[in-house]
Amino acid sequence: MKITRADVERVAELAYLDLSEAELEMYRTQIDEILEYIGKLNELDTAGVEPMAQVLADDQSADATLREDVVVPCNVANEILKQAPDPEAPYFRVPKVIER
Amino acid sequence: MTNWTIDGVKEALAAKKISARELTSEFYKRIGERNPELNAYLTLSEERAYAQADRTDALVASRKTLPPLAGVPIAIKDVISTRGVRTTCGSKILENYVPPYDATAVERLEAAGAVILGKTNCDEFAMGSSNENSAYGPVRNPEALDRVPGGSSGGSAAAVAAGLAVASLGTDTGGSIRQPGSFCGIPAMMGSYGRVSRYGLIAFASSLDRIGPFATNARDVAAVLGVIAGRDANDSTSTTATVPDYRAAMEKPVKGLRVGIPKEYFGEGMDDGVRKKIQAGIEILKKLGCELREIQMAHTDYAIATYYIIATAEASSNLARYDGVRYGLRVEDDSLLAMYRKTRGAGFGAEVKRRIVLGTYVLSAGYYDAYYLKGQKVRALIAQDFRDAFTKVDVIVTPTSPVPAFKLGERTDDPLQMYLADIYTVTGSLAGVPGISVPCGKICGKLPVGLQIFGPAFGEAKVLRLAHAFEQTGGASV
Repeated sequence: MKITRADVERVAELAYLDLSEAELEMYRTQIDEILEYIGKLNELDTAGVEPMAQVLADDQSADATLREDVVVPCNVANEILKQAPDPEAPYFRVPKVIER
Repeated sequence: MTNWTIDGVKEALAAKKISARELTSEFYKRIGERNPELNAYLTLSEERAYAQADRTDALVASRKTLPPLAGVPIAIKDVISTRGVRTTCGSKILENYVPPYDATAVERLEAAGAVILGKTNCDEFAMGSSNENSAYGPVRNPEALDRVPGGSSGGSAAAVAAGLAVASLGTDTGGSIRQPGSFCGIPAMMGSYGRVSRYGLIAFASSLDRIGPFATNARDVAAVLGVIAGRDANDSTSTTATVPDYRAAMEKPVKGLRVGIPKEYFGEGMDDGVRKKIQAGIEILKKLGCELREIQMAHTDYAIATYYIIATAEASSNLARYDGVRYGLRVEDDSLLAMYRKTRGAGFGAEVKRRIVLGTYVLSAGYYDAYYLKGQKVRALIAQDFRDAFTKVDVIVTPTSPVPAFKLGERTDDPLQMYLADIYTVTGSLAGVPGISVPCGKICGKLPVGLQIFGPAFGEAKVLRLAHAFEQTGGASV
């Protein structure tokens, strides 16, 4: 067994994800099985391999060229606020986080 | 029922046999008839579609040159942002979300005259291979109603296969365009990573996600890809490489083209019916004068494990944004942290939660090197397999999926088994190369099989050229 119930609880806490008792047990079993399978990667010796951190080669990407940092107005603040569950222009309102 | 193609629409509009408004109306009529059964569309954008159709009709009336997709009815997967048109990602957490901007791909389609009919169903946040993970119910396969259309872009595939759109956009992270294309019997393509801007594509796994087209023939796939491809300042990973004229390039002959057949893609676990059709498809390639070469891609067997580390790690990070603050669902609580937990617990479905848990685990302290870093290293080996292969061959041909469309509910209990069926598609996703699935006959005359063609990075023209030749030589009915 690679993963315990406490591991799933810890990860759910890290991800701010409420899981029911049934979900905790289901994910423990399923993720244990998936990690067992993933363990086959240890058959490969990757000691000298450079990890692939990006897909495009340097000459295919514009990433290498930095652009100017300029402010471009897009005038969608009101439209964006309209999507919020609890807006109070120009803010998003959340439950109180700082006690006096 | 007319089987409309892009050229067919263009000719009919120019000859004034039909107006763009009438054509749009015809497609909405079809959707009204078939969609209750198929569940391919989640939202229709009629106002926007008719306004766009009227612009095309005005161009026709004033005898102006029509843009390449003038009046062509197109469907958009519901993970791609559309200004003013609800975009749910197949999730309850975005049930009422209306984007304030268009994805670049959508903007380019409309600038080319396309009529956006609506948004198509998909697995929640594009996570799935059967479309059964949608919060809005599964899509049915138009070729066999008791079966899945594939996923995650199941709605986009089913809409085109059923004649409810002339073309559509899907997204592919580990096979989500090619596999549903294969299951529904239509051509479906992902370009190279960086070929099409991801701006406005709601992120699942940013180093893997790609937008690409479904259509009823390879030339239409090429036309749509040509419109949406190209550098976009809003996506720094979109390439500056020029976009060739795919439709012109694909007409070149394929005689002498070196086709690699990797033996690792014909191992155990493949359905016998699929194997026979793919072998018959390969015979067609011989007839076309292609030079077939058996090749080795040694790390193929490690692709699924690598993919489900990298994709879930990136997903756990990307999906952190759904916190009940700026958009989407909120489940109220007096405490901010409890509000986050409850909102995410209630808003995400089972597969999305599974991937967040797995992805958070592989990135968490003490496990990063063993899983995520290891995954990135094996990803490099898989990409190297492709680069090595493309020094010897021009394209690589494989089956798209080891199995044909399966029955609804048949595979939902075992996530690992569902993941393993992505074996032939995830390799190309990890390597960043382009790939297409083209129809390659039907098992027992009923269940479509897809033949997959991979090309080297930015070798879309070669891929399309072989797909087109295969189609023209009866590939779809082997």
